[in-house]
Amino acid sequence: MFDVSIIGGGVVGGLILRELTKYKLNVCLVEKAGDVAMGASKANSGIVHAGFDAPVGSLKAKFNVAGNKMMESVCADLGVKFHRNGSLVVAFSEEDFKTINDLKARGEVNGVEGLEIIDQPRLREIEKNISDEAFAALYAPTGGIVCPYELTIAAIGNAMDNGAKLFTDFEVVDIEKHESGYIVTSKDGQEIASKIVINCAGLHSGEIAKMIGDSDIKIGARKGEYILLDRESGDFVQHTLFFTPTKLGKGILVTQTVDNNILLGPTAEERNDSTETSANGLAFVIEKAKKMCKNLPLFNTITSFAGVRAYSDKHDFIIEESKKAKGFIHCAGIESPGLTASPAIAKYVVETLVGGMLPLEENEEFNGIRKPDYFFKHLSMEEKNEIIKKDPSYGKIVCRCEQVTEGEILRAIHENPPAKDIDGVKRRTRSGMGRCQGGFCQPYVAELIAKERGMSLTNVTKNGKGSNLLTGVTK
Amino acid sequence: MKNTYDIVIIGGGPAGLAAAISAYDNGAKDVLILEREEKTGGILNQCIHNGFGLTRFKESLSGPEYAARFVQGVRERKIEVLTETTVLSLTKDKRITAINTKDGIFTLQAKSVILAMGCRERSRGALNVAGTRPAGIYSAGTAQKYVNIKGYMPGKRVVILGSGDIGLIMARRMTLEGAKVLAVCEIMPYSSGLKRNIAQCLDDFDIPLYLNHTITKIEGDKRVTGVVVSKVDENKRPIAGTEMHFDCDTVLFSVGLIPENELTKEAGIELSPRTRGAIVSQTRETSKEGIFACGNVLQVHDLVDFVSEEAEMAGRYAAKYVLEGKTEHDYVEVLNGKNVSYVCPQKVDKNLDEHVKLFFRVTNTFKNCIITAKCGDKILAQKKKQIAVPGEMETLMLVKNKLSEIDGNIEVSLEVQE
Repeated sequence: MFDVSIIGGGVVGGLILRELTKYKLNVCLVEKAGDVAMGASKANSGIVHAGFDAPVGSLKAKFNVAGNKMMESVCADLGVKFHRNGSLVVAFSEEDFKTINDLKARGEVNGVEGLEIIDQPRLREIEKNISDEAFAALYAPTGGIVCPYELTIAAIGNAMDNGAKLFTDFEVVDIEKHESGYIVTSKDGQEIASKIVINCAGLHSGEIAKMIGDSDIKIGARKGEYILLDRESGDFVQHTLFFTPTKLGKGILVTQTVDNNILLGPTAEERNDSTETSANGLAFVIEKAKKMCKNLPLFNTITSFAGVRAYSDKHDFIIEESKKAKGFIHCAGIESPGLTASPAIAKYVVETLVGGMLPLEENEEFNGIRKPDYFFKHLSMEEKNEIIKKDPSYGKIVCRCEQVTEGEILRAIHENPPAKDIDGVKRRTRSGMGRCQGGFCQPYVAELIAKERGMSLTNVTKNGKGSNLLTGVTK
Repeated sequence: MKNTYDIVIIGGGPAGLAAAISAYDNGAKDVLILEREEKTGGILNQCIHNGFGLTRFKESLSGPEYAARFVQGVRERKIEVLTETTVLSLTKDKRITAINTKDGIFTLQAKSVILAMGCRERSRGALNVAGTRPAGIYSAGTAQKYVNIKGYMPGKRVVILGSGDIGLIMARRMTLEGAKVLAVCEIMPYSSGLKRNIAQCLDDFDIPLYLNHTITKIEGDKRVTGVVVSKVDENKRPIAGTEMHFDCDTVLFSVGLIPENELTKEAGIELSPRTRGAIVSQTRETSKEGIFACGNVLQVHDLVDFVSEEAEMAGRYAAKYVLEGKTEHDYVEVLNGKNVSYVCPQKVDKNLDEHVKLFFRVTNTFKNCIITAKCGDKILAQKKKQIAVPGEMETLMLVKNKLSEIDGNIEVSLEVQE
C-alpha cells in the first residue's frame, strides 16, 4: 500500500513526486507511456514566464510568480540547465503599445519585478535581428528558459533515487474507492493501492476524474507546431520574443533554448488526436517568425515537431481535492504557464493538500541533489581526463554533432529513470538532437541499448512499444 | 605520445588517406591522421557496390577495395594513424584538441593541417516535411550502414525521397535484400544522381522515378504506415489534387550532402555559401595560412576518384608549405557566371607555374552548350558539351601559360548554342 500514487509522468507529476520524497511517505508514479515526459512536457516552448500575462487573482498568476522564483534553485539542485535570459513582448502598433503598458501594470499587481518598457533604439541594441517594424517592447528580466523534459526526467530520477517507485507502460483504466484509499488498475491488469491519488494526467485528467465519478474536469486540447534551428544560429536572438497578445491570440514566440538552439512556434490548433506537423502550420510559424525578426536563418532548420497542450474550460489551473472523492487530488488544466508554475504547484499540493490528509514527517535521508545528465561536457579538461582514466567509455564520442560520449549514454541507460529506447537516450543525453538528427549516431546508440539491456538489435525501439527500428536481418 | 607534427590530417576517409600519402611522397614524413571511426576508409567501408576507381584505376572496384589501396599506401609508408579519436576543436594557429579512450583529451600542435572531415546527409528535419515522427525514417546512408555493416534491414516497403546517388544505390540494395521499393521521388525535374546509377539501380529493377514530385506527408504513429506524394509546380510547391498515397513502412531520405565544417568555422576560416566548404585557391589552401581542405568537406564530389585527385593536391601543397614555408600569393577571384552554381577553387594564385583545374556545377540541364572561362574578353579555356547536368561535376583546365594573361577576375559561364 502506497501512501500516495500519482497518475501522469509530466513535469507537474514529476515535481510533486520529488516533493513527496522529502517526507517519510511511500510514493509512486504511474505513466501510460514507456518513458516519462511524453505528453505536453515533451514538446512545449520551455519558457519560464515572468508572470505578467496571467489574470490578476488567478491560480495561474499566483503559481507563476512563485514558480518563477523557485525555478533557479530547483534546477540547480536537479542539475538542470536554466537560463534567465529575459523576455520581450514586442509591440508593432499603437494598439500593441497600449497593450504592453497594460501588461506591465498587470504584472506589477501580480508581483513581477523589474518590468520595463523599452524604446526602439534600446530594443535594437539588445536584439540585433529584431524586425525594423518593431518599435517598443515590454522587457521582463525575470523571464527564463528551461528544457521541460530535462526537468521532468531529473525530478522523477531524483525522486526514484530517494525511494519513489515509477511504473511505466501503466495505462490507468479503472480506479476503485476503498475504505483506506484507492486501487488504480492498468490496462494489463496491474493494481496499485494508495491512500491518496493525485491526478496529473494532463490531456487525460478529465477521463481519470470520471473514473471516480467526478465529471467537473473538462479538458480541451491545443496542438502547437514548432521549428528548431541549429545551435550554429544560437545567438540569433538573446531573449524570448513574444508578439503582443491580441484578440486573435498570443501569436508565436522566437526564443533561444537552454541548449542554444533557436525555437520558433507554436501554432495553436484545437485538436488532440495527433502530434503530426502540417505544411500549413509550419508555413504559419515561418511567416510569423519572419515578421518578428529579419535575417531568419531558416537554412539552419534541423527539425520540426508538435506537441498537444491541455487546458480546462475554466481557463485557470484546477488544483484541489475532488469534490466527489475524498483523498483524490486534481492537478488539471495546467496550460501555460504550467511549466513555470510546476515547482510552486508541487510545494502547495504536498504541503497544503497532502499535508491536510496525512501527517508529513521529514525524511532526513532525502538528498535533493542530482548530478546533471550532461555533467561531462562542462568539466575542465583535467577533470575529464580523470574520468576517462577511470572509465574509458567517456573518451569515445558517439554523437559528433552534440559531442556526447559513450559513457554518458551508458549512464542514461542505467540511471533513474532508465532510458529504454533511442528517443529516451536522446532526451537524456542529446545524442541525436543535433544537426544530423541521429544519422551518424543512431546505429551506435541502438547497439549500446541492445547490449546493455540484453536484447537483440531488432527489438530496439525508437519510442516505445511497436516503434522498432529494424524489421529483420539481411539475406 | 608526440604532441607536435608537421602535418595533421583530420579525417581518415578517402580524402585524408590520399592527402597523407601525397604529403609523404612530397617530402613531409611527419604526418598524423586522426580518424574517429575504428578504422580508416570513411564512408567507402559501407559502399559495397562497385563502380569506384573507373577514372583513376581504369577498373571497377567496390568501396572497400578502393579504400584498401590507400590504406595499404598509408601502411607501407608507416604514416601514423590514430583511430577512434574525435577532434573537438581547431584553432587558427593549428592547435588541435582531440579525445579518445586511451589518451583522454589532448592537444596537438601542427605546422600544417589538412581538413578532410567529409560531409553529412541532410535530414528529414531540415526539409520540414510534414506529418508524424515514427520509426522507419532514415537518411539513405544510415540505412546503408544498417544493411551493409550491421546486417539488418531497416524496412520492407520503402519510398525514397531524393534521387541522389546514395538514394539510387539504396533503392537497388534494399530490393536485392528482399524489400519492395515503391517509388523514388525527386522534387527537381532531373535526377542529381549519375546517369549510370539511374539505369543500373532503378531501370533494371523497374523502380519508378517520379520527377517533380515530393513527399508532402509522413503517416504512422509508432512506425511509418504510409506517405503522401505530390507533384510540384515550377516553384517547387505541391499541386493540390495530385496526391498519391503509398502504403510503406520505411522512408529513406537522400536529399543532399552538407560538408561538415564545424571545425573549419571554429578556426575562423572563410566559407563559401555556395559549396558550404572553405574558400580555397588551387592549392586547396584556405583563408588561414597552412590550413588546407580537400574532398567532400570542401565540395561534395560525385566520384571518389576526384576526391583522391583533390586530396593529393592538398597533400602536395601542405608538404611544400611545411618544407619551404610561406610563399607570396597573387590571387584573382573565380566568379560564378551565367548558368554556373559554383566553381572550386574560388581563387587562383597567378604566381604558381602549374595548370589549374576548375571544378564546377551548372544550374540546370543544358543540351548543346559551350562552357567558357574568361578574364574580361579573353577566353582562357573553353569546351563544348552535348549535355551538362547539375548532378555531374564539370571541369575546365586553365593551362599554365595562360595564367600570365590574367589581369582580373576569372568568370566561368555556360551558353546554350542554337
